[in-house]
Amino acid sequence: MSVAQTLAHSRVDLLRVAELVAPGCKVLDVGCGDGELLRLLAEERNVDGRGIELSQQGVNDCVAKGLSVIQGDADADLADYPDDAFDYVILSQTLQATRRPRVVLEHMLRIGRRAIVSAPNFGHWSVRAQLAFLGRMPVTKNLSHSWYDTPNIHFCTIADFVALAREVGATIDKSVALDRHGRPLNSVWPRRAWNLLGDQAIFLLHRKR
Amino acid sequence: MLLDVEGRTVGDAGALLNGAVAQAVSPDSLTLRMSPGWPLRLDSGAALAPLTIAYQTYGALNAAKSNALLICHALSGDQHVANPHPITGRPGWWETMVGAGRPFDTDRFFIICSNVLGGCMGSTGPSSANPETGEPYGLDFPIVTVADMVRAQALLIDHLGIETLLCVAGGSMGGMQVLQWAATYPDRVFAALPIATAARHSSQNIAFHEVGRQAIMADPDWRGGRYLVEGTRPSKGLAVARMAAHITYLSESALHRKFGRNLQDRAARTFSFDADFQVESYLRHQGAIFVERFDPNSYLYMTRAMDYFDLAADTRGSLAGAFKGSRTRFCVVSFTSDWLFPTSDSRAIVRALNAGGASVSFVEIETDRGHDAFLLDVPEFIDTTRGFIDAAARARGVD
Repeated sequence: MSVAQTLAHSRVDLLRVAELVAPGCKVLDVGCGDGELLRLLAEERNVDGRGIELSQQGVNDCVAKGLSVIQGDADADLADYPDDAFDYVILSQTLQATRRPRVVLEHMLRIGRRAIVSAPNFGHWSVRAQLAFLGRMPVTKNLSHSWYDTPNIHFCTIADFVALAREVGATIDKSVALDRHGRPLNSVWPRRAWNLLGDQAIFLLHRKR
Repeated sequence: MLLDVEGRTVGDAGALLNGAVAQAVSPDSLTLRMSPGWPLRLDSGAALAPLTIAYQTYGALNAAKSNALLICHALSGDQHVANPHPITGRPGWWETMVGAGRPFDTDRFFIICSNVLGGCMGSTGPSSANPETGEPYGLDFPIVTVADMVRAQALLIDHLGIETLLCVAGGSMGGMQVLQWAATYPDRVFAALPIATAARHSSQNIAFHEVGRQAIMADPDWRGGRYLVEGTRPSKGLAVARMAAHITYLSESALHRKFGRNLQDRAARTFSFDADFQVESYLRHQGAIFVERFDPNSYLYMTRAMDYFDLAADTRGSLAGAFKGSRTRFCVVSFTSDWLFPTSDSRAIVRALNAGGASVSFVEIETDRGHDAFLLDVPEFIDTTRGFIDAAARARGVD
């Protein structure tokens, strides 16, 4: 099975992220896990990829694949990179777990000419329904932790992220919301509909210069 | 190196010491003897000739000469990486890493390790004969730097006909050599694995080294460095230096786990200055076995080389400048409990490599075994090393 086929089963959002990356460029994947996205980008788009990953096992898996990956995290280590070091900086499904999401986003926009962020949408109707009708903190397939042990400490909705992008002076070049099967929602729908029906969203941004 | 308290008992001290002197002069190793007409220019300005480099190799060099790995040894190490030590008979110092099926796989790679310049296991050092006097150099031996050590190694690699090394690897002072190799000869290093090291020696580390040197020089048998000529040996000084240094290679929790406050071969305190505690006995043992195999003057020169090491000094203070445009792939490794070369030192290297646009991986291995963890059987570290070397071999088309 190719990397793409494996990902199609496990992390379809990464395939969507990969589609946003132009071939032959330089990419930093923040929170790169076992390096599957970086490998996909290297194999299919000839990308010069680098990664940051917190877990020992993840880093070792990446190093064994010949990837260049640093053990660290988005909050602590992005500050060390020089301006415009990468064409793309990718943060997939991790923004909500950072201590300072705004600072992380600002660093991404500084280090990379483009940033790609994917994040779970806390505005999804099922999340809203659990809070509204059950009065309990939502637990869903994608957000499977209980409130007391979740690593996700800074949830946002699609609308919240769009507002943050505006606040840090970023332009959203492309965006797509995915349903729970990873299928893109209709792009002509208003963002309000995405905010209700999107399981997660992916944004391609750059900062205004 | 961590050795058991119940380690080998010290045998005939005189015979062993003669063994140490013999290894310095005519080692049980391969040797490269440079012609006296070809001196090695040193950072100090001195020219060193004649030059001998003692080295060991394991495995076979392939026809393309693309499967060569260079291991750089640490302060108290030597070239005997994976064979019994010619003086002590103990196993090689990195047999966890080097051998058939190990990360430095002797079935697939050609592995080289040379005794550093200034060492005491056959490469030219302070116990070698000074051509001007015919006597051992002693303190007339010029001060050598890490860059000088690497220059000497490069002569050996030239001699072996190898243009580019698949990987240069080493821990501690060996890691300094790895960084120096990558900075001085970027095109000759395909992959670099600096472990538990720093791009410059810290003030605290210089301080510890000074304690060790003063211990040696305070020994009346040191005789201003002329002990070989005068037939004495500053064993007590060297043993104290080793004992003090050995503490810095461990961690408090490892010492506690291994020894606690346990008493050594006795049921109660003796109300004396005997080695009542196991940890005292252990340190004394470490000191005793070290003096069997190591030259006190070499210890002075090695520690000085480490103290002088500051890679950024050559590029006007910019460490990133030292690695600018490097195409070498790096894997930097640190250990959580290493307080001698802490993770912050490794992160400084990683930052500089990133700023210089180099390809770098960084792994911080979780262990309580301190600086010495790089010499020990730490599975995650061995896995990292194996993965990195295998990936480098694949990228270079080495089977």
